[in-house]
Amino acid sequence: MRSTFSGVGTRSCGFRCAFLMCACLCTSGELAVAESTSMFDSASHNSDSIVDVFYLVLAITGLIFVTVLGAIVGFVWRFRSRADDNEAEPPQIYGSWPIEIAWTITPVLIIFVLFLLVIRSVNEQRPSRAPRDALQVRAVGHQWWWSFEYPSQGIVTANELHVPLGDAAHPRSVFLKLESADVIHSFWVPRLGGKTDLVPNRVNTMWFHPRQTGVFYGQCAEYCGTQHAKMLLRVIVETPEEFEAWSANERKPAVSDPQVADGRSLFLQLACANCHTIRGTDARGTAGPDLTHLMSRQTIAAGAAPNDHEHLTRWIRDPRTVKAGCYMPDMKLNTTQSRLIVSYLETLR
Amino acid sequence: MSTGTENRTALQATTASWWDGWLTTVDHKRIGLMYLVASCVFMALGGLEALLMRFQLWQPNLELVSAGTFNQLFTMHGTTMIFFVVMPIQAGMANYLVPLMIGARDVAFPRLNAFGFWMFLFGGGLLYFSYIGAMGLYGSGSAPDIGWYAYAPLTSPAFSRGNSTDYWLLSTLLAGVGSVSFGINLIATIVTMRAPGMRLRVMPLFVWMMLVTSGLILFAFPPFTAAEIMILFDRHLGTHFFDTQAGAHGLLWQHLFWFFGHPEVYILALPAFGMISEIIPVFSRKVIFGYSSMVAATVGIGFISMSVWAHHMFTVGMTSTLDLFFSGATFLVAVPTGIKMFNWTATLYGGKLNLTVPMLFALGFLTLFLVGGLTGVMLAVVPMDWQLSDSYFLIGHFHFVAFGGILFAIMAAYYYWYPKMTGRILGRRLGLWHFWLQFIGFNLTFVPMHFSGILGMPRRVYTYQADAGLEIWNQISTVGAVITGLGLLCFVCNLVVSFRYGRVAGDDPWNAWTLEWATSSPPPSYNFERIPSVKSRRPLWDLKHPTDPDWLHE
Repeated sequence: MRSTFSGVGTRSCGFRCAFLMCACLCTSGELAVAESTSMFDSASHNSDSIVDVFYLVLAITGLIFVTVLGAIVGFVWRFRSRADDNEAEPPQIYGSWPIEIAWTITPVLIIFVLFLLVIRSVNEQRPSRAPRDALQVRAVGHQWWWSFEYPSQGIVTANELHVPLGDAAHPRSVFLKLESADVIHSFWVPRLGGKTDLVPNRVNTMWFHPRQTGVFYGQCAEYCGTQHAKMLLRVIVETPEEFEAWSANERKPAVSDPQVADGRSLFLQLACANCHTIRGTDARGTAGPDLTHLMSRQTIAAGAAPNDHEHLTRWIRDPRTVKAGCYMPDMKLNTTQSRLIVSYLETLR
Repeated sequence: MSTGTENRTALQATTASWWDGWLTTVDHKRIGLMYLVASCVFMALGGLEALLMRFQLWQPNLELVSAGTFNQLFTMHGTTMIFFVVMPIQAGMANYLVPLMIGARDVAFPRLNAFGFWMFLFGGGLLYFSYIGAMGLYGSGSAPDIGWYAYAPLTSPAFSRGNSTDYWLLSTLLAGVGSVSFGINLIATIVTMRAPGMRLRVMPLFVWMMLVTSGLILFAFPPFTAAEIMILFDRHLGTHFFDTQAGAHGLLWQHLFWFFGHPEVYILALPAFGMISEIIPVFSRKVIFGYSSMVAATVGIGFISMSVWAHHMFTVGMTSTLDLFFSGATFLVAVPTGIKMFNWTATLYGGKLNLTVPMLFALGFLTLFLVGGLTGVMLAVVPMDWQLSDSYFLIGHFHFVAFGGILFAIMAAYYYWYPKMTGRILGRRLGLWHFWLQFIGFNLTFVPMHFSGILGMPRRVYTYQADAGLEIWNQISTVGAVITGLGLLCFVCNLVVSFRYGRVAGDDPWNAWTLEWATSSPPPSYNFERIPSVKSRRPLWDLKHPTDPDWLHE
């Protein structure tokens, strides 16, 4: 029994070591996965500085952990009762003011240092207003999807946020105005920075400053109802040229292909148009995502399914088999109707 | 003076006439035992809910339970564990032990005490009745799915249909009324009914911490109850306190809730600290190190805990000034909590540590609570909180506090005081199985959650993405949860088997020092034939060591 007991300490200590090791592995990319959302896989300047703070705080708390745990384990090992002990009680120590004052002051000093660190880091992370050349985007959370509006470009899209990467000469950050149409949501893309909530009746702001191109995955981080888990989002950081090409296309009204005129008129006759906007047509609903350039997006249903023919058809036939509990109704379309509508939607590049 | 055997026979006999003995009882010990037994039932329910969630998260996109069911599971798990497991266990232990420890014959208001218990029990029943009644006569049951902190406007009629949210509100409201009556009663008892000679500065630490806890209950619960009534008004009388669509402030509920919710964490934790402060000295065979600083730290935690609530809200977009205030206040809690950790550790130093099962659980508490405390410091670093808040890291953190800390302390208390309550000692063999399974299972469950959180997994999701490297950590967690469950099964078996077959305890099986060990096990209904008089913090030490009593040194 005695010999096994020391396991209490070594086990937890092992975990702490594993923790440090894992943290290192995450940063060195050894645990690289297809769609990493690790905050240590940092891809923005904000996230970088949080990682720095993380390591510093981990070192301080790690040191405290090892010291206190070492004392507990050491004392347990050294002072465990033994078979040959006599009956006498050990010396009674009622306390010691110098020692007690010492271990009151030491934590005070440690938290003072930590507090200074927090002050610096909060001020650095939260500038009072957007830099002049920042890309401004209004993000609105809905049960269970995201709408992204670029007021200066007149673009409205959903669930996938395209942003340009600056260069050394022209650093560009992204400044988000966060709002909610219904309940509280939270915008979290770990590789680009911390999360900020989208609160109804309130405009929150956050910004990030990406330093590499790529697709960065995130999702809603505040429980917001049935499909909270499938309120995914992705941020696509592109070269300025790619971004310009994308935004030039997004600014245009929807393509009007005569070959799919039947599908289009069906879309406009049915209730689809009450919830969705397709610019250039009479569809002006705002309860659901803007579909003007639906096919420029990689996913549908806020990341719940890939944006391909098969999933699009399933989604339109019976949305709740793709995303249970979602608010898009089953329109009871027959096969012909759904084929017509899907072929129309597939022209919306 | 009656003997333990007689009282035990009486205990068993009255099980037969349960109406007289239990349903109408106002005896603080029986009410305490009823709290403890009822909370065990709720713990089993909450544990099963946790296991179901862990199975659902075994693989990405598994469809063991639906999204809606999963959301009900985590709501019920959190609500059950906080309001109907840990709260009543603390109330039960305090009910049983405080009058004995201060040398009183009962609490100040025995009927109020019974009222508090029944409010808790009806509240818990109402919560689970929602599975049957929440949709009225329409279709199948529907438990609340709003999360245990029920953020508005998810609770408004627009987003929560049916009556499940009303069941949640009413059940926690009743439990809160029970808690407030318990708190008032305990304060009155501790302030007015201490044995002769037991000044405040020689009161046992468990009693001190229960006193501060009761004070916190009086400050924290009424605003919560009021806020719940406001939602009920919103839902049924057409008011708009939290109706953001009618212009309400989106964060009002969060402030009201966490103003209760954070002191609540200490309402759960302080009794656990008290238990540890009683158990570690007895099995180290030493007086507690730094009694006065322990009391000061407790009172300090009580005050500071009233001003840290918005550290749950660093991501809601408060101003930097507010963020910094609440971050600083939260760091400040680390100081008195640190003092406690150091005092407990120093009590071990130079002792003769008797590694009984209660002592193992107490040492488990020390190591696990240390981790939970330090991850708490990490979360108080505001920018780190922006990343870690509402992620699985947070789930890992607060389970290290609430399960690794509080529940391990509660287990230590069960093993330590069971002999007093039943006259029998809980078996050591099953106890060791219980401890090791729970300790290993606990670490396997909750350590990986820190990693899955760092890897980007938010809390309260019924499934997760396949390609983010989260699967392995979730699988380790699930395995750990099963092992923890086995440990808790050993505990239940031990409780049942030892009640009949356990070793007879005698009055004072641990050679302890506080007054509850001066009467028989279990104690007679009047507790003490003659009210003892007290000169020091360890009255039984003084009796056992007449040549070197405590009061010479205090």
